[in-house]
Parts: sequence; structure tokens; C-alpha cells
Amino acid sequence: MELDIVSLSRLQFALTALYHFLFVPLTLGLSILLAVMETVYVMTGRQIWRQMTKFWGTLFGINFVLGVATGIVMEFQFGMNWSYYSHYVGDIFGAPLAIEGLMAFFLEATFVGLFFFGWDKLSKLGHLMATYAVAIGSNFSALWILIANGWMQHPVGAHFNPDTMRMEVYDFFEVVFNHVAQTRFVHTVSAGYVTASVFVLGVSAWYLLKGRHIDLAKRSITVAASFGLLSAVSVVILGDEGGYLASEHQKMKLAAIEGMWETQPAPASFTLVGIPDMEERTNHFAIHIPWVMGLIGTRSLTQEIPGILELVDKAEDRIRNGIIAYDALQDYRAAPSRDAVPAESVQAFEEHGADMGYALLLTKYVDDPREATEEQIAQAAWDTVPHVPTLFWAFRIMVGIGFFNVALMAAFVVVSARNSFYRRPWLLKTAVAALILPWVAAEAGWIVAEFGRQPWSIEGVLPTVAAASSLTVPTLLFTIAGFTLIYSVLIVIEMRLMLAAIRKGPQPDHGPEAPLLPSRFVAAE
Amino acid sequence: MILHELMTYETLRLIWWVLLGVLLIGFAATDGFDLGVGMLLPFAGQSDVERRIVINTIGPVWEGNQVWLILGGGAIFAAWPPLYAVSFSGFYIAMFAILAALILRPVGFKYRSKRESARWRRNWDWALFVGGFVPSLVFGVAVGNVLLGVPFRLGSDLRIFYDGGFFGLLNPFGLLCGLLSVAMLAMHGAAWLVLKSSGTVAARARRYGSWAALATLLLYAAGGLALWLFVDGYRITGAIDTGGPSNPLAKTVEIAPGAWFANYLAHPWMLLAPALGFLGALGVLWSLKTGREVRTLLLSKLAIFGIISSVGLLMFPFILPSSIMPGASLTVWDASSSHLTLFIMLVCTVIFLPLIALYTSWVYKVLWGKVEEKDITEGGHAY
Repeated sequence: MELDIVSLSRLQFALTALYHFLFVPLTLGLSILLAVMETVYVMTGRQIWRQMTKFWGTLFGINFVLGVATGIVMEFQFGMNWSYYSHYVGDIFGAPLAIEGLMAFFLEATFVGLFFFGWDKLSKLGHLMATYAVAIGSNFSALWILIANGWMQHPVGAHFNPDTMRMEVYDFFEVVFNHVAQTRFVHTVSAGYVTASVFVLGVSAWYLLKGRHIDLAKRSITVAASFGLLSAVSVVILGDEGGYLASEHQKMKLAAIEGMWETQPAPASFTLVGIPDMEERTNHFAIHIPWVMGLIGTRSLTQEIPGILELVDKAEDRIRNGIIAYDALQDYRAAPSRDAVPAESVQAFEEHGADMGYALLLTKYVDDPREATEEQIAQAAWDTVPHVPTLFWAFRIMVGIGFFNVALMAAFVVVSARNSFYRRPWLLKTAVAALILPWVAAEAGWIVAEFGRQPWSIEGVLPTVAAASSLTVPTLLFTIAGFTLIYSVLIVIEMRLMLAAIRKGPQPDHGPEAPLLPSRFVAAE
Repeated sequence: MILHELMTYETLRLIWWVLLGVLLIGFAATDGFDLGVGMLLPFAGQSDVERRIVINTIGPVWEGNQVWLILGGGAIFAAWPPLYAVSFSGFYIAMFAILAALILRPVGFKYRSKRESARWRRNWDWALFVGGFVPSLVFGVAVGNVLLGVPFRLGSDLRIFYDGGFFGLLNPFGLLCGLLSVAMLAMHGAAWLVLKSSGTVAARARRYGSWAALATLLLYAAGGLALWLFVDGYRITGAIDTGGPSNPLAKTVEIAPGAWFANYLAHPWMLLAPALGFLGALGVLWSLKTGREVRTLLLSKLAIFGIISSVGLLMFPFILPSSIMPGASLTVWDASSSHLTLFIMLVCTVIFLPLIALYTSWVYKVLWGKVEEKDITEGGHAY
């Protein structure tokens, strides 16, 4: 990679986002599992469920704190490293981030303090309510973040305003109910639920293998496996829904994931494995499964899915249209008022304005897109192809783990229903070994979604090359080194504390039981 | 969607300018005492138990308080995108310092007491000190530099260029404002500690609080004087369309001595803000000597309210002046998001901000009372 501002800014964003995303999925899922466990405690009054809530709550806390700490960086980084992006789409993109704070994160963060400190200060129902607030808050938080992210993938409800030189929203409901965002939300939170389920399963399996905390471990497995099975199935279904949607909105991403260079006659075959080659523009040693790709991508036997080469041709057309729009925009800017803009420029902009982002792809090579040569236009069209081998493999890793998780959860649902854990120690060992997998899948998923969005920061609207701040290379190297250092130290500390807490296990909890309701209600009876 | 036309663009911009102030003051009045407590930690607490008491006074609330900062970032992004873009990229290294400090802080609270090692705990105590001190200082330095004008310019496509470095921020006036911010938040932290602790910790907090309140008074007065004597203000020349499109390049601005005090001279009622700043800090100084702990905290909040709003009122309608391209300065009238976005965000704020206030107060009520030694040694829920 070259050491230029855009590449370094991307590197820093990838580092901080991937790192943040180590903690988020577990928070999402574990908060719900805690709510489930505590509900059982409140309903049955059995101490073991309170102990479980507290034990998994301790692990939740160690994880949660790093999610919060690294989330601050995410919230500020757009302005720091991507100031033109922030100016260009802040009118739309900022709103969901702010609503996330108002509606979700405040709730989550305010009640998480009560979750830890409120056991002796609240009635049983009061504390349960705090736990629910944390779970609801963190999941709503994911909703709004994914609405923001969904808009980057599929920008709806907004148009370019030449007066302010930026995108502005005209229909906020389209932004919120963007089906790309909604699908990605369910896919992502489900993946979080699976992560937490695998985590609880793996740790509990380890306890069973060691013969420790058997009651707690068995009950935890029952909860995690049933919740995890539902979630794992949902991840796969919504992932498929995502593939279907990509065929409409992000055809290039889909084609790259498939390593599908040429358009195939419908229904297209699915490349199970192979070695995509960016230079030769083909796959080596590919194994195909007939029909499957066409079915996933279009849910029909007759519709074609365009291949990479065809999409590049289309991108080239859109670049040329974009140049016309860019040219017309210069007339808007030169005119003293809107009325003074020449009529043909207005018409040209209205006709081709939607493609203006494609003209900005040329800013990688020339300052003024109108001065681009034919070679540069062709080069920019090729730039719309993301790195095929990376996407190809990241996708397969993610999907492979997704299916494995379904199988793992199903197996544990059966085993826990029959209470036959010890007849199959290999299964317990598999669960321990599988602990790392959901994280691998989550990071691979991020790569498919966000690295696969390249070269765009906003699909079709703003290329990443045009979005960065005017910083300097030494400054960026300094902050990348700084974040890497801090994050490396913290992950080591986090892992050690996590392992220490697991090794220590649940603590005996002899504290007095809180009343079900606040005392004033009881007194009134 | 026609609904947003019910309110004029101008009104919405004005409301969002007020809400910007609400967010900054909300942050300083809540998370501010967490930062202050962090700064006081190594001094107000000497033994390990005392330090754990200090940490646990804010243990259950800092996470919620910190959301004011996150929300502030998000709301500035949504309502004032150019402000978000210019200030965060311009103050890049300063922002990094804040982020690094703010990463250490939550981790420090949570992880410090998870191991017995004295060295481990001592290191985290100093990390928490840095986590309180650095953001307090940098926020103040940033405000000082905003008053001086920030060296940024805008291209005709509104691309942002910043012609200054990190060390340029560390000028005498910026540092003066930074120290004021440190003193103010240390005062606030002390007021909180006095309320939530007892015995020697509270006694030390009283002493440090008095010094901090005194420093706040002196630094605030010195800052005002320096601003009057040495700092040129900005004013818009010619007409500006208060309901026009958000394009900062459509106006002209001049730099003039004394321009920062034009608002106070034209609208003397605005002097109420600095008056509250002084009275609040004086009140803290007096109230710390009595036993009225809640009143001390409220007076401290009053001082914060007065000091922050005095800066906002003084600059109005500017929110981020440019020293090298004054015409590109960001103002209330040309640096907001669109009419529709401002309206939608206002609706969300009107619904959720009162709810937040409601449940936050309930949580504070549940957690009411002092943190005592037995809370640390028994129970097992403490940090």
C-alpha cells in the first residue's frame, strides 16, 4: 500500500473499526442473554439464576467497557479523518448518529451503572428493568448505526444541492426505512447473538470438561444453545437476504464476492472455491455449483446477474455522464444566483446529476475531472472493482462459519435436552475450540461489507479518495502508531482479565435477596 | 414533507445554536465532574481504600455522563456538519490526545481494582488522572483558539484546508483558557466528591475545591481581561441571509479590535452570563465552608453554565471564525444542516431529551448517598 493520506486514513479507519467490532457483537448478544437469565431468576426466585446473571454480567462488563472506549473514537473519526465526507453527507449521515445517542446509547450507558451497582439498591423488578434497558439500548444503538451504514451502502432519500455543495435529505423516512439498512441490522444483531451464544457455550463447555460449576454451566448452555440456534438460522437467512439485495444495489460487490468476471447465462453458477486473479481477470482452479448463484442473487431462473467486466463498462458510461454533470455544476457555481444558471446546464445537471459521484472517481488522477484522458477514464472505471480475492475469501470464511454455527447450536440443543453432555466430550471440546470463530466471522463480514464498498465511501455518490481530510502523512503515521499502541496494550489486558474472571468462575452470592417490588408498593398492600 | 416549513430555517438555526450550548453545558455539568474527580484522584485519595472511594463516587454514573460527549459529537455532526468537519480535522492532534485520554478513563475505572498489585493500581490511578486532566485542558485550549480564530480556509467546493499545527494551539491565550477549564472542572469534581464522600476524602476535596474555585475566579477574570485587551473579534460586514443556504463563502467578515464585546454592549442583559459565572464560583468558595453539599454542587453547575454561555453569547452569531480567511468563518446562519434535518433532529430532541433527564434523575436518586468504606470492602459490586 502506498503511504498517501487516503490509504493511511483508510488503514486507521479499518484498524479502529475492526477493533471496535471485536467488542460490539458480544455486548449485543450478552445483554439479551443477561436479560433472559435474570427474567428466569425473577420469575422462579432460584438463586442459581441470579448467580448466572452476575457471573456473565462480570464478563459482560469487561467487554462492554472497551466497546464504549473504542466507540468514542468511531464517533469522532469521521470529522477528524474524513472531513470532506462529513461536510458532504453530514446532513443525512449525522442524524442517525445523533439519534443513536439520544434514543439508545444514553439508555444503555445510564442503566449499565445500575446493573452493576444496583443489586442492593433496587427491588428485583427494578433491577430487571435496568437490565432490560441495557439490552434494549444496545440493540437500538446497533439499529441507528446500521441505518447510517445502510445509507453508505444504498444512499436513498437525498440529493445534491449545488448551493451548499453537499448532499441533503429530502425524505427522512426513506433513510430510516432503507431496506438495506433494516436487513443489515437484523443480520448484524443476529450475528451478535450468535457470538454471545458461542461465547457462553464455549466457556460453559470448558467448565463441564473441568468438572466445575456444573449447574451453572448446564443451565447456561440450555439458554445459549436455544437462543443461539434461532439467531444462527436468522444470520444465514438475513445474510441470504443481503445477497439478494446486493444484486440490486451493489452488483459490483456481489460480482466480486463471486469472482464472477463474465456475465453468465441465467441461472448463474456459484463458484464454491477457486483462486481469483486480478491481473488475468479470471479464476483458477474454480469449482462451480450450477444454478445456485442465480437463485441466491435473483431468486429466479431467468434473470441474469451482470459480471465484473460488464459492470466496468457500465461504470465507464456513468463516469462520462458524471463529467457532463460536473461541467454543468461549474455553471451553477459561476452564476450569481440560481436564476442566472443557463437552462442547458440546469437540464444537464438534472439529467446526469445522479452520476456526478462517478466523475469524482477521476479526482484520483486529475484535479478537474473534465480534463481526464481516455486512459484515466478507463482506469477509473476499473477502480470500481474491489479487490476480488479478498472479498471472495472473506465471504467464504464468513458463510462457512455461519453454517458451522447452525450445526453447533443444533447439536447442543439436542445434547442439553437429553442432558447427555458427558457422553460426547468431543462436542464439548469442539465448543471450546469454536470460541474464536464468531469473531473471525464478524471481522470477515465487516471486510465483505465495507472493504467491498470500495472505491466508494458512499456508494455511487462520493469516492473514498475524495472524502479524506487534508492531513499530512507524518500526522497520520503518528495517530496510527498511537492507536495501535493503546489498542494493543488494552487487548492484552482485556484478554487477561477475561481469562482470569473465567478461571475464577462464579462467586458465591450470599447477599440478602431483594424484595420483588420496591418497598413502598409492598407496604401499601 | 411540508411539516418542517412550520418553523422558519432561521428559528431552527437559533434553536440549534441554543441546543449546542445545552449539550456543551450538559457535558461539562455531568461528565465534567467525572473529569474533575479523575484529576483529584491521586490527591484526594491517599490510601488504596480512599482511592477506591473516590472512584466509586462516580463508578455507576460516568458511563451515562460520558454519553453527553458522544451525543455532542453526533448532534454537531447532524446539526452543524461544517463545524464538525472543520473543528475535528483542524484540531486533529488535540482530538487524538482527548481520545487517547478518554480511552484510558473507562478502562481505568473498570480494570483498576480487578488486580491486587499495588503497582498495577498506582499506574491506573495516574492513567485516570491523565484521563481527567488532558481532556479538560484540551477542551479549554480549543475554546481559547476558537476565540482567537482558527487558521482554516475553504475551497470553492467547500473542501477544508487547515494551515496550523498542534503547537500553534498552545499560545498564551489558549493555555490560559485551558487552565481555566482545568480549574473549573476540578472545582466541579471537588463539589461532587464533597457530596458523595465523608471523612478525610471529603475534607481534602473541600480544600482542593476551594483552591480550584479561587483559581477559576482569577483565571476567568484574567481571560476576560486578556480578551478585552489583546484579542481581536470578528464581525459580519454587509448583509447575511439568516434563512439562506448553508454556504459559509457567501458572506464577508472583518477582524476588528473589540468586536467580541459588541454583543455585550448592544445587549447588556447578556452580561448576566459572566455575572453568573463569577457568582457561581464565588458561591462555591463560600458554600464549601458550610455543610450544604447539594448547594455547593448546584452553585458549581451555575458557574459552569455562566462561563460557557458567556463565551457563546459573546461570539454570536459566529461559531468558528477563520483567522486566515475570515469570510469562510462558520456562523449560525451558514453552517447548519438543511432545514428538514434541523427540524427532524429537533423533534427527536424534544421527545428524547426530557426522557433522558427523567431516567437519569431517577438513577441518581437510586444511587443517592455517600460512598463509605464498607461499600468498598463488602458487597463486591464496587470498582
